Amino acid sequence: MTAAPRIAVITFPGSNDDGDAVLALGLLGAEAVAVWHADTALPDETAGVVLPGGFSYGDYLRCGAIARFAPVLGAVAAFAATAGPVLGICNGFQILCEAGLLPGVLRHNRQQEFICRDIVVTIESTSSAFAGGWEVGQELVIPVKHGEGNWYADDDLVALLERRGQIAFRYAEDVNGAVGRIAGVTNEVGNVLGLMPHPEHAVDPLLGPVGGIPVLEGLIAAARVAAARAGAAVPA
Amino acid sequence: MRATVLIRPKAGILDPQGEAVQGSLRKLGFAVAHARVGRLVDLDLETDDPAEARAQLHRMSAELLANPLIESFSIELEGEGEGEGKGKGELEGEA
Repeated sequence: MTAAPRIAVITFPGSNDDGDAVLALGLLGAEAVAVWHADTALPDETAGVVLPGGFSYGDYLRCGAIARFAPVLGAVAAFAATAGPVLGICNGFQILCEAGLLPGVLRHNRQQEFICRDIVVTIESTSSAFAGGWEVGQELVIPVKHGEGNWYADDDLVALLERRGQIAFRYAEDVNGAVGRIAGVTNEVGNVLGLMPHPEHAVDPLLGPVGGIPVLEGLIAAARVAAARAGAAVPA
Repeated sequence: MRATVLIRPKAGILDPQGEAVQGSLRKLGFAVAHARVGRLVDLDLETDDPAEARAQLHRMSAELLANPLIESFSIELEGEGEGEGKGKGELEGEA
């Protein structure tokens, strides 16, 4: 059970952070495997999934709207339905929202500009599968780079998510107009997490802040649990 | 038969594109109080049955062409004009 958990990183046409996600996960002790969007199944023993950042399918129609129909998304949804941990970063977050695996939607930034800088996010909830090593109130410095990161849900839905502990991250300042400064949310079960900041770009002190480490370590820990569960389900 | 789906940001939903367009129009000297930017999709459907076409257009608008959380849509069917669909498609964004 101490083996590195296998985490599938999906590459869509137009993904551009898939390589960094593979590198960062490998650096932190996971076995990251690149998976092509046209595949209809995840690799054997996949214990976690990352939908990376980028501009899948050219952001046609709306960000993430077309990627939702990628053949591999069926396998990802099935994996999520068995409580497998799925992390969507930036465009991956947009895809998960469009696919109905996460609540809300990402709109154009309020200031009508692409934002690319380090920001501070605060951990708001530890009720998800990713949060084993997290503390509420913990601040993480992670870069954002997006034009459509302005998360939106109506007041009733936001209140419901707050009550259920589904608000995972909040920006310390208003970054893009997102409702409630919300930077990341989980699904109700807590095994699907999406966020706009890029943890895969913040894991090496040589290159800047390292606020991404707790986020990715949360995924890796959740993948270890999923792998152990899958192993236990198979009689020896 | 030919049809057009018009997708608009819902009333009250922030529309930065519309704000940018309004600001630019004002710089050109046009007295524009508000501008909202939506999307237009022209379609050529294989069916010739207007009722069937309308039902299909409604579904495709709610399921893909518009995101009901933030966008409304209206459907124009050739020879019938704008109709059913406006403001519809209220779905919960629940995971």
